[in-house]
Amino acid sequence: MATHRLTFPTDEEQIRELRAGDEVIVDGHIVGIRDRTQIRIFDHGQEPPIDLTGAMLLHTAPNVRKLGPGRYEKICIGTTTSARMVRFTEGLGSQYSVRAICGKGGLPDEAIEPMQRLGMVYLAIVGGAAALETTQIEEIEEVAWEELMPECLWKFRVKGFGPLTVGIDAHGGSVYHDVQTEANRRLEGILARL
Amino acid sequence: MRRVRTPRRQGRRGESEGMSTVETDLAGMVEDAAAHLYVWALKDLPQDLRDALVAARDRETSVPGLRVLSTIVRNVEVADREDNLVCQDTGLAVYTCHVGEHFPLHPARIYASLKAGTERATLEHPLRSNAVHTLTRENTGPNTGYRLPIVHWEFVPDWDGLDVKCVPKGSGSENMSFLKMCTPADGVKGIKQFVLESIVGAGGKPCPPGIVGVGIGGSADYAMYLAKEAITRPIGTRNPDPLVAELEDELMGLLNETGIGPMGLGGDVTVLNCHIEHADTHMTLNPVAVNYQCWAARRASAHIGADGSVDYDREA
Repeated sequence: MATHRLTFPTDEEQIRELRAGDEVIVDGHIVGIRDRTQIRIFDHGQEPPIDLTGAMLLHTAPNVRKLGPGRYEKICIGTTTSARMVRFTEGLGSQYSVRAICGKGGLPDEAIEPMQRLGMVYLAIVGGAAALETTQIEEIEEVAWEELMPECLWKFRVKGFGPLTVGIDAHGGSVYHDVQTEANRRLEGILARL
Repeated sequence: MRRVRTPRRQGRRGESEGMSTVETDLAGMVEDAAAHLYVWALKDLPQDLRDALVAARDRETSVPGLRVLSTIVRNVEVADREDNLVCQDTGLAVYTCHVGEHFPLHPARIYASLKAGTERATLEHPLRSNAVHTLTRENTGPNTGYRLPIVHWEFVPDWDGLDVKCVPKGSGSENMSFLKMCTPADGVKGIKQFVLESIVGAGGKPCPPGIVGVGIGGSADYAMYLAKEAITRPIGTRNPDPLVAELEDELMGLLNETGIGPMGLGGDVTVLNCHIEHADTHMTLNPVAVNYQCWAARRASAHIGADGSVDYDREA
């Protein structure tokens, strides 16, 4: 299992280097997004005002302090459960060329095929580790759709963001699929002993 | 990983970390306590949990699992150093209250004070407000709303005190709650099977490794209430009923054989512990409820005297 240092936005070639289980540390710019943000993009057909090409999306709804119009200071920024938002995976890749989705808890198996086809990865963060995550976010550079607070579109500048684990790679590999298959196999054995 | 703040201290007026205080009576005292407990619980984990997380890290052998647990321990230290929230999910504010028969403030007033304290903490810190109307999804207030915060009540005879425990409950783990009305014929085996299948099915979503709260017996609603009670206990405490305590040990062992591991990435530590609360039930019922508590098992307590004295207790 290799360790990679990636700067976002990035391209498909870089993403295809990553393999399930690898460690990734991220620099550059990433985009915060959540349920209501993606419902607006895909179900209400509104174009996101922040460019998502080559982006890493972060499933988040931060605690912030408002400084002025469109300006926010971070208080505590962490990551939410990704599985709720799996249905947006295909559209994010095919319509907006998103390269990475970062969240917690993984995406179900239906994300594997589009990620392989479109050259995307799922990067697993440590859920709940928001105090650390907040120190790795240098600045909130842009906020769009403020009326969805806290589920706006957020542009963060990050440094040394991680450690992240490649949960699903762009080659059909998924740590979650493998762990779940093995757990179900073990569970059968445990239940047989009860 | 030792706590940096003192585990206990006497509360005084005008001395709630970063909170304003109200200069009134017992109702104000309870409000101050609620505001203080909410923020304190979010920032400073109890020592028993810190010890459990370090022990989990020390015994984890999978590479991604160890990466997760090392990051968790580092995160708790960063929260201490930066005086920040451990996790960004400020949760649903849940309180458990033990009210003495002779405590001079009526529970209706205690509830009003807990609500006011929750709002004050949310606005003054400020904390993210999570409360929404279930149908419109519009925000209903600073972590308050209709029937929010949630309070569990217990009434204690021959006593004049009030114990308040704040347990902010994150949604990632609350979403992984499960209920099954097993049949009497399913027996204890049915209970074990349901708990195991629930946790394997939940995978990495509830931020494992955490505390698996299990409620058995009573009715459907009461089983889930008991499961929530179970996660508010100090970690690793055992049910006073030896039969139930034995089941806690057995389930904890079996859950850690599943290999789900930290954050569902595979490993040796799937749960930190399993706590069970029980009630007697109807002869045809066998309810089992699972309420998951993520690794950030936040809780903070205050003992409030009839004279208005407050003893903040980190470890209760």
